[in-house]
Amino acid sequence: MTLELMLASQIAILVACALYCLMRGRLFDVIVGITLLSYGVNLFLFAMGRPAPDKAPIVPAHGGALSPADYVDPLPQALVLTAIVIGFAMTGLMVALALRRKQADGDDAGAEQ
Amino acid sequence: MTLLTICLLPWCAALLLARLRSATAAFALAGACALVVLGLLGQMAQAVWAGQTLQSSVAWLPALGVSATLRIDALAWLFATLVSGIGALVILYARYYMDGDERLPRFFALLCAFMGAMLGVVLAGDLVLLAMFWELTSLASFLLIAFNAPDRGAVRGARAALAVTGMGGLALMAAVVMLGRAAGSFDLATVLAAGDVVRADPRYPWILTCFLLAVFSKSAQFPFQFWLARAMAAPTPVSAYLHSATLVKAGIFLLLRFYPVLGGTDAWFFAVSTAGAITLLLGGVAAVFQHDLKGLLAYSTVSHLGLITLLIGFSTPTAIVAAVFHVINHATFKASLFMAAGIVDHECGTRDLRNVNGMWRYMPLTGSLAIVAAAAMAGVPLLNGFLSKEMFFGEALALEGHDPIALLAPLAALLAGAAGVAYSARFVHDVFFNGAPINLPRTPHEPPLWMAAPVAVLVLLCLLVGLIPTPIIGAPLAAAAHAALGGSLPSYSLALWHGFNGPLAMSALALVSGVGIYAVLMRKRALHQRPLPDPWGYRQFERLLLTLARSGVVLVRQLRGDRMRLQMAVLALAAVLAAGWPLLGGGFEAHLPELTAAIPQGGIIVWVVGAVFAIAATSARNQPVTVLLFLGAVGLAVALAFAGLSAPDLSLTQLFVEVATVLLLLLALQRLPVEAPPVRSLGKRLRYAAIAVAGGGGTGWLAWEAMLRKPPAISDYQLANAVSGAGGTNAVNVIIVDFRGFDTLGEITVLAAAALIVWAFLARERAGVLGRFQGSFMLPTAVKIVMPFAALVAVHLYLRGHNLPGGGFVAGLLLAIGLVLEALALGSWRSPHARPVRWLAAGLGLALLTGAASLALGYPFLTSAFGHPVLPVLGEIPLASAALFDLGVLAVVVGATVMLILAFAFGREEGKK
Repeated sequence: MTLELMLASQIAILVACALYCLMRGRLFDVIVGITLLSYGVNLFLFAMGRPAPDKAPIVPAHGGALSPADYVDPLPQALVLTAIVIGFAMTGLMVALALRRKQADGDDAGAEQ
Repeated sequence: MTLLTICLLPWCAALLLARLRSATAAFALAGACALVVLGLLGQMAQAVWAGQTLQSSVAWLPALGVSATLRIDALAWLFATLVSGIGALVILYARYYMDGDERLPRFFALLCAFMGAMLGVVLAGDLVLLAMFWELTSLASFLLIAFNAPDRGAVRGARAALAVTGMGGLALMAAVVMLGRAAGSFDLATVLAAGDVVRADPRYPWILTCFLLAVFSKSAQFPFQFWLARAMAAPTPVSAYLHSATLVKAGIFLLLRFYPVLGGTDAWFFAVSTAGAITLLLGGVAAVFQHDLKGLLAYSTVSHLGLITLLIGFSTPTAIVAAVFHVINHATFKASLFMAAGIVDHECGTRDLRNVNGMWRYMPLTGSLAIVAAAAMAGVPLLNGFLSKEMFFGEALALEGHDPIALLAPLAALLAGAAGVAYSARFVHDVFFNGAPINLPRTPHEPPLWMAAPVAVLVLLCLLVGLIPTPIIGAPLAAAAHAALGGSLPSYSLALWHGFNGPLAMSALALVSGVGIYAVLMRKRALHQRPLPDPWGYRQFERLLLTLARSGVVLVRQLRGDRMRLQMAVLALAAVLAAGWPLLGGGFEAHLPELTAAIPQGGIIVWVVGAVFAIAATSARNQPVTVLLFLGAVGLAVALAFAGLSAPDLSLTQLFVEVATVLLLLLALQRLPVEAPPVRSLGKRLRYAAIAVAGGGGTGWLAWEAMLRKPPAISDYQLANAVSGAGGTNAVNVIIVDFRGFDTLGEITVLAAAALIVWAFLARERAGVLGRFQGSFMLPTAVKIVMPFAALVAVHLYLRGHNLPGGGFVAGLLLAIGLVLEALALGSWRSPHARPVRWLAAGLGLALLTGAASLALGYPFLTSAFGHPVLPVLGEIPLASAALFDLGVLAVVVGATVMLILAFAFGREEGKK
């Protein structure tokens, strides 16, 4: 089993589980599905940066010329880093929307207004 | 300059008119506008007739090769003169037709706007400009037909007209774009000269199809003829102006204009002449059986438009001359007939042919004018209609080469000629004779003299052209035909008498048989008893509209929010198909698995943990809290994968976000009760599982393929320049705060916005108290101990971020989690440090200021500077302006995270307001 196969299969499992949850159509499952999907998508993006162990993109402080092949690609990492944080905010937003909708439904049902 | 004046004057007049109150002033202004335009055109007449083309151009959208070019040649001049000349007469007529109507200024405003649009169409020297004015004519027509809204007929007629001509406008836009591409320019003169290139272009069939759709819809050719009959709901001056003399001729104008570019092919011949022939016959027959006076004229207009289209379809030079000639003749006699019909309607209060009879006794003047005009329409000798109809018969007889059509054309021409005579006869006989009027609402009498004057002018023109054609119309007709042909002019003769020949025999036969047909049909007023013929087209159009509306309702029902399951399935399937199509079709080559990187220690375990917990999280039987814990486990596995694969920054971020997410979801869960999972059949579950597996498998496959390819990365530059360009060794952090700092600024703004939305949604009562941890000993004590360490570690992570794993995002998350715990322990939103709004404001402000500072120093936004100052005691420390930006990021992350989580903890309870 190669590293690429491991990553690809993990991505496949995460996305498949996410889609299955999303299609259940219950609000809670949508939240679970989106969370799983964001794991899968983040891994996918990360996988585009020629991942490999022990090649962290920390370059020597005063080194001259360096060979890019000694490091993993830092750009997808930078993208994924911000994506993780924004994904968190989006989860919060989604849950808040779900709550608001429930409140609105409750208002309608109670016919208080 | 003159061209610009001609084009803009009606618009200026329309704007002024819309403000006016007085009918007299409005009439004076509108009339002056039309006369000035007519005068300006008259000034150009000599030059244009001599074959000159005048042009004026202003740059409009130079990047797209579009300019506001106005161009006038003899063909454009002829149409512009028709538009402004008949416009002037219609304005005079409308002044009396709508006497006393307070809406008169608005009416004149719309009429002038239409005149401007129509002049724009004929004078446009640029294809895009042409399409724009074309749309404006549709809009003006819509507004004028709907003038009597909310009258039902007016609204429906206007809607039909707008739908049909609007569709045509879209088709014209498509044709224009393709034509411009094919010819290499949107400039009309260039396009007109590029006929050979365009006809050889592979897009030619598409261009022709779209172009003809536009032209046929505007000129009411089959199968679009129905809208014109419906448009008769407009006030009669509008019918006289737009729906007989000018607007419907816009399509004809375009056919003539682009004949040198698109014409001359077999496709043109068959498409144009077939549509023309069907329309000619359909309109002619339908006109005979109408009971509405305007309906009769409308269908006769349809028929005559078909005749002109058929002539253009014939594609011979003499046929084009005949088409141009008939455009002029039809405009004069049909406008006068509509005005006469309006007079009858105005004086009788009805225009039903079954009631309006014997008008000769009441209005002999109008009667004699109308009879002459109707005779011109029928093609009676000594009138203009006779001349062009003779030419049409001649063309039909001379047609050769296309066998069945060469036989059918003269027959169709004869039939249409007879029908034309029959409905003209009905117009004259039924209205002015045929017994006495029946049940009229009022007693008719002659109209005011000025109302009949425009009719008289037009009828006089019919007579003059019919009697002495060459001096009256010879020069402009020759020049216009020359311009339409784009080449040499054929030899033709406008003479009244050509000897005994085929066309003359056909004319005579048509006259005799037409009168005969009418006499037979009208015996004992039998025609009045006949039901109206089914107006083919309109019912189909209504049904189409209904079907569209219904399918819209069905679609909305299918896509509505409460069908989430289906939506998700459709989305997933669409994504699978969109990605799978090229993947499967693109000649996929199997790659042998190659060991490119060693698997880090424990990699298999992490993989198994991630897979097992992800699958476990999908089971609906678990408690929500359990599912959240499973999710946390998956997140940890992902964090470990990041750590093992050289992404320490990601690993740290993922770890802290995981904590924050679980915290948030747990807090949210207590307010969002999870209903029981929906029960679904095994088959359904399998179906959804299949979609899920397809989507997941496809994504994995895509990732696999991409990873095996390893293209050169753009970030090689960023790796190489991290130290020299930004003074940091952690390339990820350098990218975030420096190389792609602008992105990050956007991202933290999104973060702040999302947090503020959640806050606004949930946290109305910000002083709320969370009861759960009150009186607890463990949490407050733990927080007191942990908090200072958390803060310290956060500061450490931030400071080292530029060179080692860490940075504003990671540090901010850690600090936020500490602050959230503190607030939860205190049981109050008002903990001393958790002031999320201040954190957000300070962070965004700092990030922006850092960027602005570089602006102030004359560098582009967010340019960073760095140095390595040596401070006493501390020694050399790296210092980059990007660090300040990162501090802003930190503050925003703290504010947003705290705000998000605490909004759920202390937000307003449902039920309370």
